[in-house]
Amino acid sequence: MSALAALILRDIKIALRVGGGALIGVLFFLTVTVLMPFAIGPDLALLTRLGPAILWLGALLASLLTLDRLFTADHEDGSLDLIVMGRAPLELACAAKALAHWLAAGVPLIVATPALGLLLNLDATATAAVALTLLVGTPALTFTGMIGAALAVTLHRGGLLLAVLVLPLSIPVLIFGVAASQAAITGPLSFGTPFSILCALSLVSLVVGPFAAAASLRHGLD
Amino acid sequence: MRLSGRHIDCIRGGRDVFSGLDFEASSGEVLAVLGPNGSGKTSLLRLIAGLLVPAGGSVGLEGGEAELTLPEQSHYLGHRDALKPALSVHENLAFWRDFLGGAAGDLSQCLSAVGLGHATHLPAAYLSAGQRRRLSIARLLVVRRPVWLLDEPTSALDTAGQDLFTGVMRDHLASGGIIIAATHTPLGIGARELRMGGGK
Repeated sequence: MSALAALILRDIKIALRVGGGALIGVLFFLTVTVLMPFAIGPDLALLTRLGPAILWLGALLASLLTLDRLFTADHEDGSLDLIVMGRAPLELACAAKALAHWLAAGVPLIVATPALGLLLNLDATATAAVALTLLVGTPALTFTGMIGAALAVTLHRGGLLLAVLVLPLSIPVLIFGVAASQAAITGPLSFGTPFSILCALSLVSLVVGPFAAAASLRHGLD
Repeated sequence: MRLSGRHIDCIRGGRDVFSGLDFEASSGEVLAVLGPNGSGKTSLLRLIAGLLVPAGGSVGLEGGEAELTLPEQSHYLGHRDALKPALSVHENLAFWRDFLGGAAGDLSQCLSAVGLGHATHLPAAYLSAGQRRRLSIARLLVVRRPVWLLDEPTSALDTAGQDLFTGVMRDHLASGGIIIAATHTPLGIGARELRMGGGK
């Protein structure tokens, strides 16, 4: 098996086992979304209008929740030293770790979206639009979040710093993700315009994220 | 093969850890790095492993594989065992075999060699400190690397474990390997010594 496949498989295995982060993210997403109708009240029209934004915010916070363990767990037990020394390029190793994190923690959020859409009075088209934008947008959240995770790796309790670093970077993703969902539900914009920009943001982060994370890991080790 | 360092300076956190350090070790040799706490033994090993950048000087390996860097031809056994508590003993070792790449040995044979043959499916969370160390040593056996950088390798090992590890090191040296070990306890092998200063 190649080094990167081994890394992806290991991270997914750890995330799915007891104490892993995969389920925690989904449960958090569920909790945030369930609380919203109680806070906003039983105004169905308002819920429909806010639905995509609530789902997107929930997904953003849920993915942030597990992201700070991306490198700190490996740093604390010494695995990160061996990964840095390994023959696989560090950039690709970072990309593999982010991909594993997305598969274990991001995909379950997308799968849960249809069920949560019901709670927010979203119809089938609206739910499909939100799920599609999340499918395209959550990789961007993971790969930009990885940069923050790599910067915060040597700090103890770096989770809060991670949020402060990463949330501003995810604003564009949030704007275009919600805009595309709204466009599919109410118009007047066409769905394609914000959706293409969202795709572009994801592609950029797929390229920039691993390089930035690898560079900050190399400088941050001591 | 010859591993050598010339005039290495190391500065950490603004403090001069050591400066102008020279060392060398050839195939089949052990270099024991000795010195009091804080004298820079771990820093030297991490520097050779490429995990720290020297403030001056250079480290080089002559006669190794030309396309690979020194860290890529080295094993680093540090204070931390690089084990995941959620994975079993077998899964932990299999991951490092696959990730580190290169010529690999037989997993169960390596586990038996370090005395963990009976615990392959036990999650690493249930291992004792000594067993964790043995599993880390199995990593050195399962993937072949010519240079071994060992930081207090025998800590937490019982006497049988220390004897076992001495045998493991002998085999490595016999096959032309180089060992650099930071240690306080005698390794049980004739070694060239590098004494680090008392810090500044």
